[in-house]
Amino acid sequence: MSQTLFEKVWASHVVVPETADTPTVLYIDLHLIHEVTSPQAFTVLRERGLTVRRVDRTLATMDHSTPTTPVRKLADIDVVGPSAAAQIRQMQKNCAEFGIPLRGFDSDERGIVHIIGPELGATQPGKTIVCGDSHTSTHGAFGALAFGIGTTEVGHVLATQCLLQRRPKTMAVEVSGALPEGVTAKDLILAIIGQTGVDGGTGHVIEYRGDAVRALDMAGRMTVCNMSIEAGARAGMMAPDDTTFEYLAGRKLAPQGTEFEAAVSRWRGLVTDAGATFDKTVHIDASTLSPMVTFGTNPGMVVGIDAPLPAAPGDGSWDRALEYMQLEAGKPIAGTPVDVVFVGSCTNARLPDLEATARVLEGRRVAEGVRMLVVPGSQAVKAEAEARGLHRIFEAAGAEWRESGCSMCLGMNGDTVAAGKLAVSTSNRNFEGRQGVGARTVLASPATAAASAVAGRIADARQLAH
Amino acid sequence: MEPITVFSSRTVLLPRADIDTDQIIPARFLTTTSREGLGNALFADWRYDSDGESNAEFVLNQPESAGAEVLVAGRNFGCGSSREHAPWALADYGFRAVISTEIADIFRSNSLKNGLLPIVVSAAFHEQLLSVPCGVEVNLETRTVRVTDGPHAEASEAFEIDDFSRYCLMRGTDQLGFLLDRVPAISAFETQRSDPTPQ
Repeated sequence: MSQTLFEKVWASHVVVPETADTPTVLYIDLHLIHEVTSPQAFTVLRERGLTVRRVDRTLATMDHSTPTTPVRKLADIDVVGPSAAAQIRQMQKNCAEFGIPLRGFDSDERGIVHIIGPELGATQPGKTIVCGDSHTSTHGAFGALAFGIGTTEVGHVLATQCLLQRRPKTMAVEVSGALPEGVTAKDLILAIIGQTGVDGGTGHVIEYRGDAVRALDMAGRMTVCNMSIEAGARAGMMAPDDTTFEYLAGRKLAPQGTEFEAAVSRWRGLVTDAGATFDKTVHIDASTLSPMVTFGTNPGMVVGIDAPLPAAPGDGSWDRALEYMQLEAGKPIAGTPVDVVFVGSCTNARLPDLEATARVLEGRRVAEGVRMLVVPGSQAVKAEAEARGLHRIFEAAGAEWRESGCSMCLGMNGDTVAAGKLAVSTSNRNFEGRQGVGARTVLASPATAAASAVAGRIADARQLAH
Repeated sequence: MEPITVFSSRTVLLPRADIDTDQIIPARFLTTTSREGLGNALFADWRYDSDGESNAEFVLNQPESAGAEVLVAGRNFGCGSSREHAPWALADYGFRAVISTEIADIFRSNSLKNGLLPIVVSAAFHEQLLSVPCGVEVNLETRTVRVTDGPHAEASEAFEIDDFSRYCLMRGTDQLGFLLDRVPAISAFETQRSDPTPQ
C-alpha cells in the first residue's frame, strides 16, 4: 500500500497500536531536553522513584535561560537573574543525579537544542524526535518525525522512552518553481504561513514537497520545518536526499563508514510513495515571492516587503495588531524606523544565516541609534563563524557578537527589547510582548534584518548598493 | 488533579482569536522549576499594567468574573509554544474548561493532562457563548455543554474527546501509570528492532 513519508516513520515506531479506547504507544528514538521544560518532569521521576530509561537516547543542553555573555566561572551565570540562574543550576543537578551527559558551559557542543541535534548528527532520517519545545519541528528537515511536547510528556519519555499519541492527519505543502534571487527559505516559510494562516496546520503533520524545497540547503530546510508550528502543525517533514546525506556524513553521532552507507540505503526509502494521499494539500509558487516581513502580532500577518499592508479582513484582532505595532494599513512597511535588530534563534542562527548577515554588513555600519545583536545558534557555529572572520565583520559594523543561546527570541535570559521599541528579528514569533513587555517584533530573514540594521529602517537587502 | 465529571460555572469571555501561549503566560515567568502558583502570572501582561497594578478593564479583574471556571476564547486558543506552564497557570487560577472553535494541538494535549478540559464547539454555538457571559453546565459523562441561563438558556452542544483522555480526566488520574504498565511491550520492541545508533 502506498504510504506517505510520515506514515512510514510513524508505523515503524508503534509499540502498541491504538484502539478505540486507547492511544498509540509510540517509541521515541531521540529525546532532547533543556532547562526550562524539564525540571518538573525530573520532580515526578523523583516522587515516583523512577529512573531515566534510556540515557543514551537523551541529549541534554541549556539554551533558553543562559547568558549570551561569556561564562568562565559558574558565578557568571548570575547575570540572567536569580530565578533563571537557579533553573540552570537545577538542570546541572538533575542531569548529574540521573546520569545524563549535559552539554553545559564547559562543552563546545552546547547550543540551541534544535541547532546542536543536527550539528552532532544525532538528528537522522526516519527517527522519532521529541523535546519540550514547539520548534522541535526543525528536525523534520531530515525526514525525521519531530514534534514538541509538554513537560508531563517529557516525564513520560524520560521514564518509558514512549509517548501516548493519536495519529495526526497529513498535509502536503507543494512548492513549485524556484525562489527568485534574494528570496530565502525564511521568506518562503513566512509566505506559506501567510497562506495557510496560523491554524491551517492544526491537527496535521506537514510534508514540504516540490522543486523549491529540494533546492534548499539543510540550513534552509531547517528554517522552513522550524516554523511548521507557526502554521499550527506540530511537525513538518521533508524527504531525505543527497543534500541530507552529505550534511550528515562524518558527523559525530551519525553512523560511520559502512554503517553510514547501510543507513543511507535505508534512508533512501523514506519518501512518499507515488499514489499516497494527503488529507489536505496547499500549493504555492516560489517564483512569485519577494522578501517577506510580518506586520502584525502573529506570524500569519505577513506581507511582501514592498507591498502595502493589507486592510483588516473584518476582524478586530487585525486592527488591534496594527495598533499594537503602530503601523497603518495601505502603506508599505519598508521605511519604518527600527530600534533593534536580532539575528539569531533556532530559526536562523546557523552558519549560512550568519554568512548572509555578513554579506550585507561587510563594509557597512549599523545605523546610528540601532542596536544589533548577532547570536550564533551554537558554540560550534560561533567557532566556525570566527574561523571565517565573520565576527570581525559584525563587530566592525557595530553589532554585538555573543555566545550561543535562544537569547532575544523570547528574552528569558535578559536579552530583551524595551517597551514600544521596534525589533527586526530573524526569530519565529512576533506575539505581543514576545521579546519583552510592549516590544514590537517584525519577523524577517537574516538579509532583511541586516539591511534594516544598516538603513535604520525596514529595508530590502536587494536594493542596497553593491 | 481534581477529577471532572459534571460541574456548573459562569463563563468568562475572551473573544480575541489566536490567543497565544506568550499571552497566557509570558516567557519571563518560565524560569520557575515548580509547577505551583502560576495562576498569578496568568495573562500577566493583560491583567496588570506596567506598574504591576491590576488593570480594571481586563475581564478577569471584573467582579462578575470571580470564581468562574469556564473560559470561552476566540478561535485557535493556545497557539504558540509547548509550555505546559500555560495550562498550569489556567488550572492554578481556577479554570477547569476552555471553550473555543479551535484549540492548538500541544496546548490541548497539555491541558488534558492537567485537569483542564479543552472543548471545541461549532461556530454557531461559540457565537452564542460569546454573546454574553452566562451559566453553563459542563458534563464530561455525556460530553455536552449546556447553557443554563441568559438569552441562550438551554442551548447545548456535544463535544468530542477521546475515551482515554476522558477516562483519565474523570478519575483525576495521570497517564504515566498506563505507560509504565506497557514496559514489557516497550522492552520487546527495543529488542526486536535493529537501531545501530541510539543517539
